[in-house]
Amino acid sequence: MTDAAIEIPRYQLTAADGTPLKLAMARATRRARLRAFALVLPLLVFVVVTFAVPIGQMLYRSVHNDQFSAHMPNLVAFFAADETKGVPGEEGFAALAKDLDLSREERSIGEVGTRINYEIAGTRSLFTSAGRKASKLEPPYKEAILALDKQWGDPELWNVMRRASSPHTLSFYLAALDLQYDKSGAIVSAPEDRRIYVPLFIRTLWLSGLIAGLCLLLGFPVAHLLATLPLRYSNLLMIFVLLPFWTSLLVRTTSWMVLLQSQGVVNDILVSLGIVGESGRIQMMYNEAGTIIAMTHILLPFMILPLYSVMKTIPPRYYRAALSLGATPWTAFWKVYFPQTVPGIGAGVLLVFILAIGYYITPALVGGASGQLISNLIAFHMQKSLNWSLAAALATLLLAGVILLYWLYDRLVGIDNMKLG
Amino acid sequence: MNEMTPMSPVRGERQGRASSVRFQNVQKSYDGEILVVKDLNLDIASGEFLTMLGPSGSGKTTALMMLAGFEPATHGEIFVNDSPINNVPPHKRGVGMVFQNYALFPHMSVAENLAFPLKVRKLGRGDIEARVARALAMVKMESFGGRRPVQLSGGQQQRIAVARALVFEPTLVLMDEPLGALDKQLREQMQYEIKHIHENLGVTVVYVTHDQTEALTMSDRIAVFNDGRIQQLSTPDRLYEKPENSFVAQFIGENNRLSGAITEVADAICTVSVDGGPTVKATKVVPGGRGTRTTLSIRPERIELAPAKGALPVVIPGRVEELIYLGDHVRVRMSVAGTDAFVVKVPNRVGRTLEPGHETTVGWDPEDCRALDEIAA
Ligand SMILES: Nc1ncnc2c1ncn2[C@@H]1O[C@H](COP(=O)(O)OP(=O)(O)OP(=O)(O)O)[C@@H](O)[C@H]1O
Ligand SMILES: [Mg+2]
Repeated sequence: MTDAAIEIPRYQLTAADGTPLKLAMARATRRARLRAFALVLPLLVFVVVTFAVPIGQMLYRSVHNDQFSAHMPNLVAFFAADETKGVPGEEGFAALAKDLDLSREERSIGEVGTRINYEIAGTRSLFTSAGRKASKLEPPYKEAILALDKQWGDPELWNVMRRASSPHTLSFYLAALDLQYDKSGAIVSAPEDRRIYVPLFIRTLWLSGLIAGLCLLLGFPVAHLLATLPLRYSNLLMIFVLLPFWTSLLVRTTSWMVLLQSQGVVNDILVSLGIVGESGRIQMMYNEAGTIIAMTHILLPFMILPLYSVMKTIPPRYYRAALSLGATPWTAFWKVYFPQTVPGIGAGVLLVFILAIGYYITPALVGGASGQLISNLIAFHMQKSLNWSLAAALATLLLAGVILLYWLYDRLVGIDNMKLG
Repeated sequence: MNEMTPMSPVRGERQGRASSVRFQNVQKSYDGEILVVKDLNLDIASGEFLTMLGPSGSGKTTALMMLAGFEPATHGEIFVNDSPINNVPPHKRGVGMVFQNYALFPHMSVAENLAFPLKVRKLGRGDIEARVARALAMVKMESFGGRRPVQLSGGQQQRIAVARALVFEPTLVLMDEPLGALDKQLREQMQYEIKHIHENLGVTVVYVTHDQTEALTMSDRIAVFNDGRIQQLSTPDRLYEKPENSFVAQFIGENNRLSGAITEVADAICTVSVDGGPTVKATKVVPGGRGTRTTLSIRPERIELAPAKGALPVVIPGRVEELIYLGDHVRVRMSVAGTDAFVVKVPNRVGRTLEPGHETTVGWDPEDCRALDEIAA
């Protein structure tokens, strides 16, 4: 007999009534688990409906656009069957004529033109005017349509229509990254004067970083005071810190406008003190400076609160211990106190930075042209140009950037890697 | 000081480098309303191990903080080596301090913690390493230099905290309940080690605790604090044998209390009529003459059960109520002189002959029974 053949008796633990213990336990805890689940269910539904679904839709919209493909069935079929690029023959024009007529009847010709217009400026009217005359077109269609407008013979137009015939596209991401397709369909960067998004992303990152840095400089001493003052004073100070939260964002932003505009309070004081001349009034509003000042003020509490919560947990005995060991107050602060605040600094900087990256209303009001951030352009495409796909692509890139930064933060400042002393 | 300890080379090197401390009429108030330290006068000799003992909130930490320089004295003057230090900032006092929760810097390794006071004194790298190694050896933790404080047990953290307070060779070391967080066994071991280090280095130690056993076993002298005042300052044995007031008698060790009034005074001995009971003789500590209310205090182990006739000047009847067996001895709870919480400690051998309900007598030497100030029962 080999060892393997020896049967090892397995005793199953059972409850008093003989059911296996595990089963009895699962049964006993199932009700509790169900109840716990029922308690979080409303929140779960809320989060899914208001957060997960919209974000998913946005992601989808950035790669999906059927403004053209949904309304031009004949052309879509034609492009699917015919692989040759450039201007097609009679067959292609016949499909175009049919679709133009169709979408005029459906009143969707404007939408179709808008889609092509995203990639070749000025083509919307080409579609709408052709649509108006589509019912009167006679074969041979190629000649008839070319007679309407020479631009119908442009091979690039046809390449764009071919790409648009698929609802799935990367062209909005290309646009958001200042890239485009050239005539041969390869991806190249856009002409110098048409690159707006990448510089804006860079400016957004740089300004957000600067604002986070300023908030840290201003917030650190305040948070320290908050954490160390006797309760009486710290409560009062806390109210001052939180006061901005209780005031409308618009009120705060407009009060900065009152203060900082060239005819504003600050400039008036400087002029009346003779520090600057009447002609030398400092431009602090409607430019980058305005955005920086107003946003630093507005985001300051988001720096102070996490710093405060970390500083509150650092007992004064560490600082005292350092003093008793002979460190000067500065050394004790820098070598002992400061390193322990790093988690708070990380959290505060990250919070302010991420909020600043997506900030919209303040730069819109006080930023002028040079103080606009990427979110202002996203809003522009949502509300004015109605190019939602591009807005979605920009927003997705922004989201990806934030997630990347968050990951970096976790890698760099993550609790385990905290070592500065 | 302690002549039993052979002089170690370290001690020789340090001799004459311990500080003396003097508190002179020191008062402290945090809020301008309540004095938490009231008129503190205390002389600490150089090389002495002085313990501040007292209940929670009695002002021990406050006194220590004033000495370390973290709290200003509201009134009075503190001297170290006879020079006033009220205006010396803490980092220039050169006082080693062990905090209640150790206060090891969490973001530094053990060795970095120990090197910290040396670095701020701008010692050379080699010198620092040698001293850190020596300090680690002193607390028997040579192999722990690379660890973080969180990776140490409570007792190990405590040792490092002691080593850090000593590594820069201060002449005065303050310890605020350094063993408070440790379990009993570890605490006893650490008491021994701290005492040993003190004897070897010869520094002055001011030690705060509210554990009376700790105070009794470690100290040269003990200052018993209550309500912002020193109640008694004396050596451990005097404190236990000859408490000067009821608070000290009650706070240090176990004691039986009987309330009464003095009826007669003869030199150091007085006669006291115990309320609702017999008249007994006791050593007079409380000031005042006939008619003064007093609380008698007597230690359970100084009471003899059923003494032989004429052996003791005080013998009064009592009834055994309860026996509590404690191995080597038996605690006997008795009804004596109107109280049924009168405890007598008897050796195991005697205890076995007793039974609850037993009517017997108890006796004591008036030497061992002290007539102290009255406390509300
Ligand atoms: N920073 C402070 N501000 C105001 N009151 C304080 C402060 N520190 C201590 N006190 C008060 O002073 C009194 C003495 O406190 P202290 O800390 O000296 O007591 P302690 O004897 O060390 O007590 P424990 O044994 O509990 O540590 C207490 O009533 C306490 O409430
Ligand atoms: Mg204390």
